[in-house]
Amino acid sequence: MDGISALFIFMLAAVAGYEIIARVPVILHTPLMSGSNFVHGIVLVGAMVVLGHAEGALETAIGVLAVALGAANAVGGYVVTDRMLAMFQKKGDKQ
Amino acid sequence: MIEMIYFLATFAFIMGLRAMSAPATAVQGMRIAGVAMVVAVGATFFTPGLHNLGWMVAAIAVGGGLAWIWARRVAMTEMPQMVAIYNGLGGGAAAAIAAVELLGAQTGLPTSVGVLAILGAVIGAVAFSGSLVAWAKLDGRVRKVWRLKRGHNDVVLLLAILTLGIGLTLGVSGAPSAGGLLLFFVLALALGALVTLPIGGADMPVVISLLNAFTGLAVGFEGYVLANPMLIVAGIVVGASGTLLTLLMAKAMNRPIRNVLFAPITGEAAEHEPG
Repeated sequence: MDGISALFIFMLAAVAGYEIIARVPVILHTPLMSGSNFVHGIVLVGAMVVLGHAEGALETAIGVLAVALGAANAVGGYVVTDRMLAMFQKKGDKQ
Repeated sequence: MIEMIYFLATFAFIMGLRAMSAPATAVQGMRIAGVAMVVAVGATFFTPGLHNLGWMVAAIAVGGGLAWIWARRVAMTEMPQMVAIYNGLGGGAAAAIAAVELLGAQTGLPTSVGVLAILGAVIGAVAFSGSLVAWAKLDGRVRKVWRLKRGHNDVVLLLAILTLGIGLTLGVSGAPSAGGLLLFFVLALALGALVTLPIGGADMPVVISLLNAFTGLAVGFEGYVLANPMLIVAGIVVGASGTLLTLLMAKAMNRPIRNVLFAPITGEAAEHEPG
């Protein structure tokens, strides 16, 4: 990828990331941390591509590890956030 | 077609996170991000020229299955350490991606690719070992804070410089040796453990949030290495929002982030920094 275009993407993504959570209430700090933990589980896609192009036993082994770790990040991140938000929603309904 | 799906998934991640930062729409935001993840991962299987598909399915089934069972079973009170461990695993995945890309580079990587692969690897490895320590502490497996009796912060700083020096030398060389990479990863993992071991349990949520931002950055950098804009945007958005979130959490706890990381509440630290 063109380095300068990538730099623009980095900058815009950083500003977007800052802006979209700038007004988060304190009660949502932990669920939002968990939710963003799930979002970087997208590393799974990168791991799949790397494993799909791996050559030889060592690269394949590390690639399999990467995919397993990435899948655990995505799935675990989702379940944990889901449970947190479920609890939070019940509390909110009572109020 | 796959690029278009990635584009839509990236948009969904951003909108999902945005919805997650308001109480009324938080659950909906999580659903949006979840659907985007499933669609993006599903589309990746159709990338032309991929092999090892059997291994891929097996690794997803094992990693995802174990994570699902474990996350369902733990008690609600143990959620913070679960965030820590799953975040750490993501950091490990980013570091492993860098390892494969650097190992496979026999003809020489462009300098920018080599450097970002190394930076992502350091940050990912630190997030991995640091999150494991955070998990062990919150889970009550490691109760004591541990630090070197003298000059802990100096040792950490030296180790950081050494790790980055070795790593960048390997990255710029374009075709690093397996032995050099092994040394580099061992140092980076040790760095993450040394940074988090002195930090007490009460400060851990802030540290987990910071390591979460770290993993985001690592994913973003490896996205550049893989020339995948979805990984860059999702990773950097989490990196930036996670950093802001860390500062907000530290502020809510009335504990400046610098104190959390470098001046833990211990008798010794109080001697060095009175007041």
